[in-house]
Amino acid sequence: MSFERIQEKLKILADAAKYDVSCSSSGSNRKNTTKGLGDATGMGICHSYTEDGRCVSLLKILLTNHCIFDCAYCVTRKSNDVKRAAFQVQEVVDLTINFYRRNYIEGLFLSSGIFKSADYTMERLVAVAKKLRLEENFHGYIHLKSIPGASDELMREAGLYADRLSVNIEIPTESGLKLLAPDKKREDFLKPMNKVKHEIIQYQAERKIIKSTPKYAPAGQSTQMIIGASGETDQQIMWTSQHLYKKFNLKRVYYSGYIPISYDDRLPHIGSAVPMLRENRLYQTDWLMRFYGFDVQELLNDQHQQLDLDIDPKLGWALRNLQQFPVDVNKADKQMLARIPGVGIKSVNKIVQARRFRKLNWEHLKRLGIAMNRAKYFITCDSNEFERRDLTAIQLKSIILKQSSSKYTGMLSPQLNLFQ
Amino acid sequence: MKESVTLLYDGTLEGFLTCVFQVYEQKLIDVSIKETSKAHAQFFGTNETIVTDFKQSKRVWNGLKSKTSSTGRIRMLYAFLSEMDGMEDVLLRYIQYVFKNPEPVDSDFSHLDVLKVSQIAKSVGREKHRMEAFVRFRLTKDGLYFASIEPDFNVLPLIQKHFKNRYADQKWLIYDLKRSYGIYYDLETVEVIQMELPKGFDPTKTCEDFFSEEELEFQTLWHDYFQSTNIESRKNMKLHVRHVPKRYWKYLSEKN
Repeated sequence: MSFERIQEKLKILADAAKYDVSCSSSGSNRKNTTKGLGDATGMGICHSYTEDGRCVSLLKILLTNHCIFDCAYCVTRKSNDVKRAAFQVQEVVDLTINFYRRNYIEGLFLSSGIFKSADYTMERLVAVAKKLRLEENFHGYIHLKSIPGASDELMREAGLYADRLSVNIEIPTESGLKLLAPDKKREDFLKPMNKVKHEIIQYQAERKIIKSTPKYAPAGQSTQMIIGASGETDQQIMWTSQHLYKKFNLKRVYYSGYIPISYDDRLPHIGSAVPMLRENRLYQTDWLMRFYGFDVQELLNDQHQQLDLDIDPKLGWALRNLQQFPVDVNKADKQMLARIPGVGIKSVNKIVQARRFRKLNWEHLKRLGIAMNRAKYFITCDSNEFERRDLTAIQLKSIILKQSSSKYTGMLSPQLNLFQ
Repeated sequence: MKESVTLLYDGTLEGFLTCVFQVYEQKLIDVSIKETSKAHAQFFGTNETIVTDFKQSKRVWNGLKSKTSSTGRIRMLYAFLSEMDGMEDVLLRYIQYVFKNPEPVDSDFSHLDVLKVSQIAKSVGREKHRMEAFVRFRLTKDGLYFASIEPDFNVLPLIQKHFKNRYADQKWLIYDLKRSYGIYYDLETVEVIQMELPKGFDPTKTCEDFFSEEELEFQTLWHDYFQSTNIESRKNMKLHVRHVPKRYWKYLSEKN
């Protein structure tokens, strides 16, 4: 392969693919049983991190950045004046294999601009995955993008070679989508998602009866929403998210703070800040929903449509529900322990294991690694010392904020920072 | 009163477990266990060299098997491989605590030694995971994928299986420069090897005398990819360095 040409293409097509934040390479169970190359069992591995602190786990590229659509938020939109390029199927295969052999990556994340038609594009994505699996005996991780509008037949084939399939919702509300991507309809995104969901269920059911049934997208489906491009509330985002998790059995919903890339009046202008803090709070809420047993309505509802930026969503919930505290760590059940601000799931498990041997006091809790600056106001333990003042939520919040320093302090301060 | 004794062993897990056996056999109370190379003459107390005995070490291990969970034993192994000063004594107290109690205690995190072992095991596990991520193979002229590392802890025994499963169809060698040994896969099995590096060989450079022609091209492509996939407006070097500590940079081609 010609080195210079590949180098140029890789630069263009990696640059265009970087706005997709999904990087996960875990959750699959593809074993290397044939002494081939690669193994996608167990946890994912981040082989490096870019200077923006994001993980590099997969070779994340577009097959091409030619596109027939003109979505305002997208850098490869038809009307944007950027350099265009396209990989050949074999070139992507060679790059993936050679990167993988050097332990640079866990696998391939292939997406594409839509050229000619949805089916034509999807067919090429599937061709890459098929070649990797059948000709190169590759067992690493493959994440393919489902192209909105692709035929059911192609989606079925894609799942047979890929570990994960994803289709990006992009804009959380229908009205926002209409404004920013008039060519696209929400149904176009949901149709392939629905198809894949049903295939996964069907293949899993068949596998229970016939063990040799091939795997179908073993790492499931994911999607992404752009945050802060269309003026949506946190409530709208997270309720959509909850809907997607429940209705389509998604493994992950990613939230991507909008990075200004155009002078379009419908969008935040170039130079405006990426809403990173808001993105972080949304991820925390997502975790509370998936792992901490919270219902989205407890965290976001009509009275409370936006998340607090200065405190994490669990602390926010606790301050609104002070009547449920303090919690006795030596007695409370797991579910309630998980609701204490400053106590994560790992600490919950440690507390439950450790308290079988003796009653836990402050010293024990501190050593287990619990964030005492927040937790101490919400718990009692084997000690006479605990918070006795009857503090209101506002008082408590200001005490906690005063005593803790957040890495976001700079972002929250109303003062202008001259030296940055 | 008996005087204090330091038991010296050869640095292997079996050697350490033999010492543990001797502690019970000789009913030692004021005792410490050290690797021979780390020991120095004692002002108070005596040194005693223990010869590794597989029968004795097996007995201790089997005893542990009946009283601990597999996670508990993995934690002990990880903590042992940390090679940290005084780790043997922590492990000895841990083992004594395990044997003293009728119930399994390896998840009693309110006990100081149990907590310590689990914390050190966590750091070793983290280093193991880092090595699985940061090993960068380079293709040599004779078709071998070679990587050199300098991990904080002795993690080669822990990463062997991972690489064997993953790179089953290529010959590879991962060499620990700090501890002067490596693991080599010859398409069939993984062997522990020791070797002399060629004179003038700089492990951080990809010299054309040793490495294949296409090697530098792929390093360039990887380096470029790493640059292109970064989003400038989200730059966060603090986070970057936390994930990729600077001491690992010299072996990462994308950082050079």
